[in-house]
Amino acid sequence: MSNSTLSSVSSEPARGAAAVAARPLLEIDNLSTHYVSARGSRVVRAVDDVSLRIKPGETLGIVGESGSGKSTLALSILRVLPTAAQIVSGQMWFEGEDLVRKSDAEMRHVRGKRIAMILQDPMASLNPLFTIGNQVGEPIRVHEGADRADAWRRARALLKSVHIPSPETRVTQFPHEMSGGMRQRIVGAIGISCEPRLLIADEPTTSLDLTIQAQYLNLLRELQREHGLALIFITHNLGIVAKMCDKLVVMYAGRVVESGPVARIFNAPAHPYTQALLNSIPRMSDNRRRLTAIEGQPPDLSALPRGCAFAARCPAAFDRCHNEAPPEFNLDGGRTARCWLASVAVQSGAA
Amino acid sequence: MRQFVARRLGYSLLSLLVLSLTIFFFVRVTGDPAALLVEPGASDEDIAAIHHKFGLDQPLWAQYGLFMMSLARGDFGQSFYYQTPVLDLYLDRLPNSLLLALVAMAFSLLVGIPTGILAAVRVGRFWDSAGKLFALLGLSLPSFFVGLVLILVFSVYLGWLPSSGSGGVLHILMPAFALGWYFAAAHMRLTRSSMLEVLGSEYVKLARLKGLPQSWVIGKHAFKNALIPVVTLAGINLVLMINVAVVVETVFAWPGVGRLLYEGISFRDFPVVQGIVIMGGTMIVVVNLVVDVVYAVIDPRIRLEK
Amino acid sequence: MSMSSETIVLPPSVSSRPAAIGLGDLPIIPVIILATIAFMAIFADVLAPHNPEVGSLTARFHPPFWQAGGNIDHLLGTDQLGRDVLSRLIFGARVSMVVGFTAVIFAGVVGTVLGILAGYLGGWVDQLIMRITDAWLALPALTFAIFLAAIVGPSMWNIVIILGLVYWTRYARVVRGEVLSLKEREFVRLAIVAGCSKMTIMRRHILPNVVNSAIVLATLMLGVVIVTEASLSFLGVGVPPPQPAWGLMLSDGKQGLMVGYWWLTVLPGCCIMLMVLSANLLGDWLRVKLDPQLRQL
Repeated sequence: MSNSTLSSVSSEPARGAAAVAARPLLEIDNLSTHYVSARGSRVVRAVDDVSLRIKPGETLGIVGESGSGKSTLALSILRVLPTAAQIVSGQMWFEGEDLVRKSDAEMRHVRGKRIAMILQDPMASLNPLFTIGNQVGEPIRVHEGADRADAWRRARALLKSVHIPSPETRVTQFPHEMSGGMRQRIVGAIGISCEPRLLIADEPTTSLDLTIQAQYLNLLRELQREHGLALIFITHNLGIVAKMCDKLVVMYAGRVVESGPVARIFNAPAHPYTQALLNSIPRMSDNRRRLTAIEGQPPDLSALPRGCAFAARCPAAFDRCHNEAPPEFNLDGGRTARCWLASVAVQSGAA
Repeated sequence: MRQFVARRLGYSLLSLLVLSLTIFFFVRVTGDPAALLVEPGASDEDIAAIHHKFGLDQPLWAQYGLFMMSLARGDFGQSFYYQTPVLDLYLDRLPNSLLLALVAMAFSLLVGIPTGILAAVRVGRFWDSAGKLFALLGLSLPSFFVGLVLILVFSVYLGWLPSSGSGGVLHILMPAFALGWYFAAAHMRLTRSSMLEVLGSEYVKLARLKGLPQSWVIGKHAFKNALIPVVTLAGINLVLMINVAVVVETVFAWPGVGRLLYEGISFRDFPVVQGIVIMGGTMIVVVNLVVDVVYAVIDPRIRLEK
Repeated sequence: MSMSSETIVLPPSVSSRPAAIGLGDLPIIPVIILATIAFMAIFADVLAPHNPEVGSLTARFHPPFWQAGGNIDHLLGTDQLGRDVLSRLIFGARVSMVVGFTAVIFAGVVGTVLGILAGYLGGWVDQLIMRITDAWLALPALTFAIFLAAIVGPSMWNIVIILGLVYWTRYARVVRGEVLSLKEREFVRLAIVAGCSKMTIMRRHILPNVVNSAIVLATLMLGVVIVTEASLSFLGVGVPPPQPAWGLMLSDGKQGLMVGYWWLTVLPGCCIMLMVLSANLLGDWLRVKLDPQLRQL
């Protein structure tokens, strides 16, 4: 991971006008989403007791290894889960409305219109048989009742706003005629087409070249400022989190292990996993000869251990960790940590 | 694009060459091709004439040359029974087979595609299981059995439909059903698996995430993509139908190419048999070529690739 | 604030263990049906109540025993020559079984060998075999089989050879595809580096790995081959009379159809259907068991 490209990302955090004191835009409490195998014999706890909050205009980063449940969490918010997966418990409130209880028909009015999502692979997310204009204009036609001509016009304008050159020509072209960076911008354009309040970006830069990544992140910043969007940024790249996000949620084995303001977590991580993640980022200033990786493998989500999910790999684990799964502890400054070490800190008044 | 077409064309020509060699080879391999090529009960003069015409005394490569040249001329030999050129007989009967195949194809698509889509959208539930059962029956019931049972029910017991011949709409119903049955199941299976694959794709996921109504997700995004392989197969199957309709046409005495083949076998009319096989193989190679090219036209991705 | 609720985690079922052919979910009915047919085929001489080839002209067109005019002597009735239908069905199983299995095995062996040669040796061998395969695959099986039957004349073993010739191409194509990907695998490279001859590699390393696909394909092909054989018999170019074959019985029975002699066509047809159905079900099950990746077959 290179720091050089990220330095070209502007480092002001994007904050909407009413960010700080406003009510949360999205509140998730103790959400659990499980995958059940066809015969009911295997239950994969992809998302387990996850809680988070995001305010209007804020940028929240969700960080974790692959398989930590980040994507499932995102899909759970929009209730676009595969048939094998189900939300088994918990609550989700968006602008005061209960997302878990909504019917699918009601959710359709939320998707793409009030909460939008960008997927990781732009080539795969665009239908190869339809033109760009057609696909960008779709949400506008569906949510705002625009007719074809209108939607087409708006599509052109949207392409312009994501800085795609010669949008008039591009709009009639097909996805395979574009470069990767352009495709991702188009997916971004689709995302903001109906002026949503919240945009969820699932690893949007992972499939892009490093040089394009920075440009794209800047674009997201700009869109966020212009449209007053809250942004949930899902990634495994802590460097991006450092530059883009106000708050951070760290996920491991489907659970939130630490959350809070980015700067404070980076300065003093409360959970050993977060610490390990931060340690594993190679820095040019390091004198270390070897890269630090976290030993071991994440646990099997269908057979989670009785105690803390990270205990087997944790350098600071003690007895209680292996026997009892820690709850989320509230720490100072709006932080939480799911770790027995944190309970010690809470009790002793430190942190 | 042009390169692609040229390459495909060359490939098809090669296949045709191999087919012609195969047919030529098998006729000669028995050691006494005259037995096949000569009318039963022919006089010695006739036999000598045949020997001369096919160059049976000459080396094999020369014979093959003669064979290919006569094919190129459209001379497929003469039917013993009908005493007319085979090609004329064939072309005379072909429209009937084509008609039957078209109706059977329409039936198979009208039944196969919706059930396939339904099975995919309701995967794992009732309609999917029903679909699987249907697919299984389609594969396991030979077309002639279906035909005979249909005759039994609709002609003998109910007396609604005529059991043979061609004439009006009523005459084509049962043969088309019997012929289309297997293909309906095949099309259903393919539609289902293609649809399932498309339903699991990222662009369908994004379509849902955009908040598009289910009818758009399936009808617009999934449908067109899922149909591509099915349409391809249908094109090839149409020609296949014409060829495998032998049994159905025999059961229903439908005057098509298949029935002609049956007559050829029954009357030991080898030129007819050979001619039909050549035409059949050629048709399929050609349709494969056409379908591949059309596919390239429909799917914008392939066009630019090659 | 934490949720320490129990989640129901049941022990993993057999199918989550890879490649274990648990006989637990063997499809019972198809196996029983096929076994019954095989039984009939083997013990036909003992099981059949009458001689299937000789009939009594006074006992023509008797219906099955449960219909008026039938009697227990001929449980399933008689045909146009007074021959006992049940006996003919039982002996017909012999033809279907023998022809079906032998043809499938013959096609399988030839196709697998040629597929391995084509895939592994590459070059002109591959080109030659593949050109023939592609061209022959373009010709519909039934048409090709009829053509060959018209040339060599019908007899049981001729039919087997013909069916083998017609169907080996399916195996060759599949096997070749597998071999192409196998060639890139570690253990093959190791063998090459170790100096094994091509023959040895093909025999000891490649062959065992493609056998699975070949077997699955064989079971799936069984149904197809039987239908083709029945079609050939129906058209009169299959196994020649007086030997009973189900397809032939259907053809003979056609005459009586218009007068309502249903048992002459429906009964042999059902036999064919049951056999093909069972073979298909078994093939599907085998495919899932042996290798989920063979889905594309």
